[in-house]
Amino acid sequence: MLFDLSMLSLCIWVPIMGGAWVIFAGSRVPASAARKDALLIAIVTLALSLLLWRDFDNGIAAMQFVQRAAWIAPFDIFYHIGIDGIALPLILLTTFTTVLCVLAGWESITDRVNQYMGAFLILEGLMIGVFSSLDAILFYMFWEAMLIPMFLIIGIWGGPQRVYATIKFFLYTFLGSVFMLVALLYLYQQTNDSFAIRDMHEVMLTLPEQKWIFVAFLLAFAVKVPMWPVHTWLPDAHVEAPTGGSVILAAVMLKMGGYGFIRFSLPITPDASASFDGMMIALSLIAVVYIGFVALAQEDMKKLIAYSSISHMGFVTLGFFAAFQIFDNTGDWVDSVMGLEGGMVQMISHGFISAALFLCVGVMYDRLHSRQISDYGGVANTMPKFAAFMMLFAMANVGLPGTSGFVGELLVILSVFKASFWYAFFAGMTLILGAAYTLGMYKRVIFGEVKHAAVNALQDISGRETTILVALAVMVLVLGLWPAPLLDMMHASVEQLVEHLAHSKIP
Amino acid sequence: MIDLGSIIPEATLLALTCGVLLIDVYRGQGSNAVTFWAAIISVLVVLSQMAVYFPDGSTIVFSGAIKLDAMGTVLKAFVLVLVLLSFFYARDYFDKKREQVSEYYILSLFATIGMLVLISANSLLTVYLGLELLSLSLYSMVAMRRDSPASAEAAMKYFILGALASGMLLYGISILYGVSGTLRLDELVTHTDVTGPERTLMVFGLVFVIVGIAFKLGVVPFHMWLPDVYHGAATPVTLFIGTAPKIAAFAMAIRLLADGLQGLAEEWAAMLIILSVLSMGIGNVVAIAQTNIKRMLAYSTIAHMGFMLLGIITARNSGYAASMFYVIVYALMSMGAFGTVILLSRQITEADDIVDFSGLSTRSPWFGFIMLVLMFSMAGVPPFAGFWAKWYVLKEVIAAGHVWLAGLAVFFSIIGAYYYLRIVKVMYFDPANDSRPLEASEDMKLVLSVNGLAIFAVGILPGALMSICVIVTIPYSG
Repeated sequence: MLFDLSMLSLCIWVPIMGGAWVIFAGSRVPASAARKDALLIAIVTLALSLLLWRDFDNGIAAMQFVQRAAWIAPFDIFYHIGIDGIALPLILLTTFTTVLCVLAGWESITDRVNQYMGAFLILEGLMIGVFSSLDAILFYMFWEAMLIPMFLIIGIWGGPQRVYATIKFFLYTFLGSVFMLVALLYLYQQTNDSFAIRDMHEVMLTLPEQKWIFVAFLLAFAVKVPMWPVHTWLPDAHVEAPTGGSVILAAVMLKMGGYGFIRFSLPITPDASASFDGMMIALSLIAVVYIGFVALAQEDMKKLIAYSSISHMGFVTLGFFAAFQIFDNTGDWVDSVMGLEGGMVQMISHGFISAALFLCVGVMYDRLHSRQISDYGGVANTMPKFAAFMMLFAMANVGLPGTSGFVGELLVILSVFKASFWYAFFAGMTLILGAAYTLGMYKRVIFGEVKHAAVNALQDISGRETTILVALAVMVLVLGLWPAPLLDMMHASVEQLVEHLAHSKIP
Repeated sequence: MIDLGSIIPEATLLALTCGVLLIDVYRGQGSNAVTFWAAIISVLVVLSQMAVYFPDGSTIVFSGAIKLDAMGTVLKAFVLVLVLLSFFYARDYFDKKREQVSEYYILSLFATIGMLVLISANSLLTVYLGLELLSLSLYSMVAMRRDSPASAEAAMKYFILGALASGMLLYGISILYGVSGTLRLDELVTHTDVTGPERTLMVFGLVFVIVGIAFKLGVVPFHMWLPDVYHGAATPVTLFIGTAPKIAAFAMAIRLLADGLQGLAEEWAAMLIILSVLSMGIGNVVAIAQTNIKRMLAYSTIAHMGFMLLGIITARNSGYAASMFYVIVYALMSMGAFGTVILLSRQITEADDIVDFSGLSTRSPWFGFIMLVLMFSMAGVPPFAGFWAKWYVLKEVIAAGHVWLAGLAVFFSIIGAYYYLRIVKVMYFDPANDSRPLEASEDMKLVLSVNGLAIFAVGILPGALMSICVIVTIPYSG
């Protein structure tokens, strides 16, 4: 045995190995068997991640479930994994979403089913790997490898413009990542030949060095979030991807960017982050407000939700980067902690809500094969149960109190208020814009008269679809009404991060 | 002192090659399987000698003409392995074409002798001798497809440009000899600390030596022959040219520049930076416009060799190790890619247009996957070996303080990713335009699978190969 398999390692490798097995063994068995195997593996992984949660100690800020084994001996690269309160919620989100993705592709995917299911499982393992890597090179390996299954998922099972969308997606994210690699290699020199992320956190760097490194990281993470103006790959990728692809992209992949900021940019280059925070806040607010207006103009439901995602992710970066100005104004880091936690909650909450909305569009698309708002109208007449679920998710997207969307946005707005009234003002505009585009779409699709005969023939949601939507509805409501478990989970780690930010790294 | 014991592998290979030639002459009409197996056995015998005669430390023998060291022996072993594998690919191709081309194996063996000599050279003349034996064999191999005008044109171009480059190299050698009074690289290096006009003269000679190396590697602006030769030659010949000789060319660069001219490192590094950046730029950009996969891979070679040079530019042992790792990994990837072209070819038709790859993932999921691995590896996406090759070179370039050069290199890699993705796109996203089953022998399929999986395995656990590269380049540490 190369190393002892820990619970965390199992979370990474069970889906990867299982996915490979589904692909290779699945070519000989009928598609239904491949589906069942994939669902089983996804559920096992979810169970494993829940076991992680059970054994996780909220009181400890440091990494837990740490495992370290020599990997590439000549250069001190380790198979070094572990999780803290920032990574664990994202891992739980990943395992939960993957189960839904497998279910979402149950009937709509009929071509090369085993490869589709296998690709999702491998993707899941790689994403968990990203969230749990403590070695920068291991992190980069998972980060980049993740592009391959996603590239294939969009390219093989996507819509008519899938090739354009997937190549754009790949090149955009590849472009960002390679500069991060250069930054990591540079940090390796500065830390006296260590790729441990922990050591990179501690290393002293001059301000110009930090600024260059910050920019390299920014390219990688801003593309993933995505921040304005490098967001243009996202609407294309979302529109063309199959439902499951859109879900995993919105629910988990975008969070990689936020996670990168919190794990790399902020702690490694705190002084550069502080000096660039004005720009970061401006870009976040542009995303919130301008992209909100862009969403208003969309006629394609998936595109609308994609733009809504960009707008909501603006809150995440806003919450992260307002920390320094909040401190300058209040002289206390308490509100900065709230901003960071708000950003984190927003990431998790957006994971559920965007997944739910994309699944809702998927439900309609499976029936009518159209994503155009104008092709629908009066869906409530034939699909009442579906209309009720979608109502809940639309309200959550707007940020209605009682849903998870409210918690994150409220925390961020409250904290940035301490930085500047105007930040809070512009951020608050999302409540109006979000309501306008989300409810506008909802009204035109669900209510009104039935304009098309096809809508009359719609079947309401099946048991499988109900299961998916109920699961998401429960999460959205639980997180909205009782976010304490999530906040407790991350609190110690976020406080430690903020404490780290308070100290300049300039020698 | 003439120490024949020190050249046993080369001498054995020469004797065995002559034996194979005789066997082929007397085998009569019909199948040339006996020639094929004789060639395989010859390579295996010499490969086993590499293990038996593994040198401890580096010694200079044969009146100063030959240097035996660990790096040379490891490189020779890789050359032999690549040659061995290329024979399997070639046999499958010629069997499909119903051709009995024994010359391929014999000329390959002669080229291999040239490579072995080149790799262990410690004298400017040995370098030249090895290079010429290698090149002349390659010229004839390119011309082997007698009835093809493209092949004849390619051979002609290759020969004329190659002769010109050899002439330049010889001119550079004569200048270096004139300044230093020695042909031995280990003595030449002690003269490289000269100053004044002598140094100017030496740098003048260095320029021509660089031209010789650059031509052999095929880096811009000495790359003109490469696309035509890759395109015009029969695919197994392209496969041969694109793999083992790259390792020999790397060895030639290390022997000439690091062994012989280390004192001029500042000058040659500056020249190589220009060649490297131009290669990565032009190679990657022009590859995008290609519709023929052999031409595309030719431009990709140019870009890869430019990237590989970055390690040599650092002018220190850790950088040489990175370049060595790169060139070995590149040769393996290149072999797999051309191997896939052979896999798809048929008796009448070649499969060297990119559209011929369409729908490969549905026609043959396994070989579609192998090609996917190869393409992502060439693009430098983890977890495949090509990523580590790029990673290692970038790490050394940054360690040497050229952060901007690393930035430029990754920028060109992004451009490069596009055309590799296009192959994946054609294989995975486009419908197949040819539903006939693949025509390939089982052993060739096995070799190709092993080749692709090796890229995967090195990608997951690159440590062993990296350690080898680090250890064998330690003598260059100062």
